Amino acid sequence: MRRVGYVSSLTCFALLILAAVFAPLLAPYSPSAPVHIAYSLPGEGGPLGADSLGRDMLSRILYGLRYTLGIALLVSALAAATGVTLSFLAAFRRGWTDILLGRLVDAIMSVPQIIFALIVLAVAGVSLTSLILTMAVLEATLFYRVIRPVAGDIVAMDYVEVARLRGEGVGWYLFREILPNAAPTLIAEFGVRVSYAVLFISGLSFLGVGVQPPAADLGGLVRENALAISVGQISPLVPALCIALITLSVNGIVDWFIHKYSVRAELGG
Amino acid sequence: MVSLVQKGRSPLRDFFVARGVSGVLSLLVVTGLIFVGTALLPGDTASALLGQNANSQALETLRRNLGLDQPLYLRYFSWLADAVRGDLGTSLASGRPVADVLLPRLANSLLLASIAAVFLLPIAIGGGILAAVRQDSWLDRLLGFTSMLLLAMPAFLVGYLLIYVFAVRMGWFPAISVAPLAGGIDAWAKILALPVLSLVIIAQAHTMKLTRTAILSVLASDYILMAEIKGISRRYIILRHALPNALSPILSISILTVAYLIVDVVVIEIVFSYPGLGKLMVDSVAYRDLTVVQACGLLFAAIFIAMNFLADLLALLANPRRRVPARGHTA
Repeated sequence: MRRVGYVSSLTCFALLILAAVFAPLLAPYSPSAPVHIAYSLPGEGGPLGADSLGRDMLSRILYGLRYTLGIALLVSALAAATGVTLSFLAAFRRGWTDILLGRLVDAIMSVPQIIFALIVLAVAGVSLTSLILTMAVLEATLFYRVIRPVAGDIVAMDYVEVARLRGEGVGWYLFREILPNAAPTLIAEFGVRVSYAVLFISGLSFLGVGVQPPAADLGGLVRENALAISVGQISPLVPALCIALITLSVNGIVDWFIHKYSVRAELGG
Repeated sequence: MVSLVQKGRSPLRDFFVARGVSGVLSLLVVTGLIFVGTALLPGDTASALLGQNANSQALETLRRNLGLDQPLYLRYFSWLADAVRGDLGTSLASGRPVADVLLPRLANSLLLASIAAVFLLPIAIGGGILAAVRQDSWLDRLLGFTSMLLLAMPAFLVGYLLIYVFAVRMGWFPAISVAPLAGGIDAWAKILALPVLSLVIIAQAHTMKLTRTAILSVLASDYILMAEIKGISRRYIILRHALPNALSPILSISILTVAYLIVDVVVIEIVFSYPGLGKLMVDSVAYRDLTVVQACGLLFAAIFIAMNFLADLLALLANPRRRVPARGHTA
């Protein structure tokens, strides 16, 4: 039973990634061209109908998938790099570096992420860059939270001490001794954060402070077509279901990974 | 007998000092970041206010009037001092005092969140306890499976599914929850039904999971095993041994649930066009009404930090071992 879940998660995620990568080949129409009659029902115009401007829903969803997955992966990668670097820096340096970073992370985490993002984006103005940077900083604090204790444990290990005594440089024991040991926790946390980032970017776009029109990610597509739901069209729910499908499959993969490598650390939500 | 307050060392006072200071510090750092961020970016309040009509002289005058020519730290402290006194500035979009715009919206949001909490907490905590007590039963699996599905869903999907089923198909409730100008409790009930139901569905999964974990960790304790060995009935063990010990985590889980509920409220208010604080904040972001955004952010942050403080405080009060000062080896 468990196996079925893992295999279907992996297959599902692989298919979504393929759909995003090959969107230009798979999409029957251009995502920005009005090719159908506005508000066409599924089947009448395009397999999933059309939006208020007559654009093909299926094509828009395929391109939206690119934005959602691309942004979520990029944000998580940036956040992981920043969070991991800072937590090892804090573990090495101790003292003021550690205290200041810890305080800053606590302060940022003491406010709900979406509120923080709304404030920053109101001030900075919404652009793809400001969006990705804001999300990356907020996500980096969560990486820091999880990785900092692991980093502390590892830095105190005998083999790191031995490497230090051997006179190896910081870079050597960071990449050859420490990262391989932190890898399972790091990979599991990365998966958790990707699935969270998918929900985060979708939420922001749904609120209108994410990807800006005429481009749209999955959350933006729900926002654009929200009115159609109130008149009984079901096709606007499809992008929302896609979001759920991404997070479900990523969570399934993370479960499998944790099970397989028995990652001990408690992972943050 | 140990007195509650020993001289020099009181966990309760230590807690108030440590957590109070760190809470205030967090709020200062967050408001400071918001404020400095606002100031560093190109285009200030004056140019936002004037918009297309900006010329250098008008900008200069307006900046002086708004105090924007003062050094940054002075502006921060005067903003903070005003905020503490309840003066949150003037809305750039409407020209009204921010507090006047904010308070009715805050009341609407609190109404929504508290009604949701009244339904949510018993369901989620009861479900969590049931799942833990009947660990690995079909009920536990079913609850675990639905939690997993719900945790993967974006909040707006739940809202729109409910709208589709109950507003569009059944026609029982309105799809848009604009507050009625007239009408009694039944008018309000009709409007609040779907937003409340959405919040209950969205937030219960997390709370249920946390409660289940908390109860399971209590059930794994040595004294529960001891009670089982003594042959005490399962029912008595759960009611008299496990639940009192799980009270502390359950209390803090409840408060944290309410804190997270306030975040979900933002999205749900947009789904249902409900005139609350979240919708005000999101709309103000669109208009770049920075004073209102700042004030909403400050309010959300303060509520969230206060809730976390309360959660830790209740957990401390409900746990005698932590409430009474530790002596000697008992840490």
